[in-house]
Amino acid sequence: MDKFDLVIIGGGPAGLSAARIALEAGLSVTLIDRSISLGGQLIKQTHKFFGSKAQYAKTRGIDIANILINDLDEYKDRLHILKEATVVALYKDYVITVYQFNKYFKIQAKSIIVATGASEKVLAFENNDLPGIYGAGAVQTLMNLYGVLPGKEVVMVGSGNIGLIVSYQMIQAGVKVKALLEASDHIGGYLVHASKLVRLGVPILTRTTVKKAYGKNKLEKIQTVELDEQWNYIEGTETEISCDALCISVGLTPLHQLLSMAEIDMIYVNELGGLIPKLKKNYETSMPRVFACGDVTGIEEASSAMVEGKLAGLLASKSLGFIHPEFELLEKNLVEQLNNLRQGPCGVKIRLGLEKAEVNSHD
Amino acid sequence: MIKVNGYPTKEQVKTKFPKIEKLVKPIAIIECYQEIPCNPCSTSCPVNAITIGEDINKIPKIDYDLCIGCGSCVYSCPGLCIMLVSIKEDLAIFQIPYELLPVPLTGEIWSGIDRSGHQICEANILKTLKNKQSDRTVIVTVSVPKEFLYDFSTVGCKL
Amino acid sequence: MRIEKHPILSFEKKPEIHFTFNGKQLIGYLGDTIASALHDNGIMHYSNSILEERPRGFYCAIGNCGSCSMTVNGVSNVKTCMTELVEGMEVVSDTDEVTIHG
Repeated sequence: MDKFDLVIIGGGPAGLSAARIALEAGLSVTLIDRSISLGGQLIKQTHKFFGSKAQYAKTRGIDIANILINDLDEYKDRLHILKEATVVALYKDYVITVYQFNKYFKIQAKSIIVATGASEKVLAFENNDLPGIYGAGAVQTLMNLYGVLPGKEVVMVGSGNIGLIVSYQMIQAGVKVKALLEASDHIGGYLVHASKLVRLGVPILTRTTVKKAYGKNKLEKIQTVELDEQWNYIEGTETEISCDALCISVGLTPLHQLLSMAEIDMIYVNELGGLIPKLKKNYETSMPRVFACGDVTGIEEASSAMVEGKLAGLLASKSLGFIHPEFELLEKNLVEQLNNLRQGPCGVKIRLGLEKAEVNSHD
Repeated sequence: MIKVNGYPTKEQVKTKFPKIEKLVKPIAIIECYQEIPCNPCSTSCPVNAITIGEDINKIPKIDYDLCIGCGSCVYSCPGLCIMLVSIKEDLAIFQIPYELLPVPLTGEIWSGIDRSGHQICEANILKTLKNKQSDRTVIVTVSVPKEFLYDFSTVGCKL
Repeated sequence: MRIEKHPILSFEKKPEIHFTFNGKQLIGYLGDTIASALHDNGIMHYSNSILEERPRGFYCAIGNCGSCSMTVNGVSNVKTCMTELVEGMEVVSDTDEVTIHG
């Protein structure tokens, strides 16, 4: 069995950022990603990013992916990349099982950074499994990566940033977005994203959700319903909308399965999207030399995932005896960046979640 | 209310505009109504007319006297919420960010759309600009009757 | 349905890739996954659920959910959203057989 110094699971914004810093610090890195190309979900983000210059603000996500990937080039003698490789198991003895090209194999790691990201949540309603009902991120992948349209007329459920952004990107691709439904009484994502949609004629229907889908072997129409203040259906408000695709964007949940499998201490934090690992200040989990960063430690924007990846890479390297030449400066700067990204009103939920996670991590 | 329907009231819009006398030359109108972690408008401004400060969540403040109407912030804003506005006789001239197809062509007449998505007027396409800095965001210059100064937000389709 | 023109991205016409779905000849393009090529061909119904035989399509498109699994070249349970389309591939939507991978 091959042995590796540092294995990073997940080549998205967090994993790529962690890899760069660990390489700078002098470690040898094995980066494993299940997809055909690295970059995680950045590779389909056609919009310009928010944040500040340090997180590549005003650069499109697709281009940030390339920057992060190219940033690893100069270290290729110490970097081993496995693509189209799914980590299917993580064991207490630091053995990792990888599935690649119809074969399973095992590797052993001295240390591990888990940056597996998140998956899209589903929504319960009648016939929610009909083909034509997709995660919003799935539609983004289909359009922006493969150039295939999800349908002609689409309804979006959920007004978080993903729902708003993907709706706009569908319009850019030539799809008619018939409505955006939001169960809450207000828009969840950034209002600038919402305004872009509204001025293009997309109605945002708050306190409204999807009750039922219709279609034989694929979606033909949906039934919407209004919700009262207790989130109950208001009888008699049912309305039908014909559409050939329905996008579900009701939040993300951390891909915690590998951590849970290794029986690492976990905690359920609703504000952070679900089950996350209890972390020490240096991003180490309850299993020594196993670190975690990015959405798997709580759902945030990709900007935060990049910063967190760098910070985890920096602190993990130090714990392993590899002190980055600019350790102190970098640590201070990265912590400041994270605080800055989280300190506004949009960060309330994240701050609350992180507080809960911290209290429970030290008891 | 913008948090419910996604568009600001006319009163809110007016708070983002300078006194009408200032609009003799193009001025950046920044329609940022919510504190979000974002500051490219401020860092892209070559004359430091836009201030956000250390806390990048703060709402940008613009000094209309310093603004030179260069348009850097228009294509730098990830939220596409900045436009340049000026008044020339009885016309309001807008420079808006545009990321859809087809791109309007100079001389065409398009529908003028308000913030709630309704068609309100005709818009004359005066110019379109796309360069390396604007990174695939097209800046479309249009003129509409002056009375729509606080209503016009984008162009819809060719008439 | 393919996107032909896009304000931000460029989609050039790529070489054709021929494959079959339940025996029917179809065309995809280089760079497609099996799922994206099928969707382009208007095929959204990939398989049926085991217990209730309800129609299944893809859901997440990034390998999380498994809703798009099909039998590819005789191997069952292949995540078609993560598998690149290859010339001559035989994709079968429905099977009760289970392949031991590895």
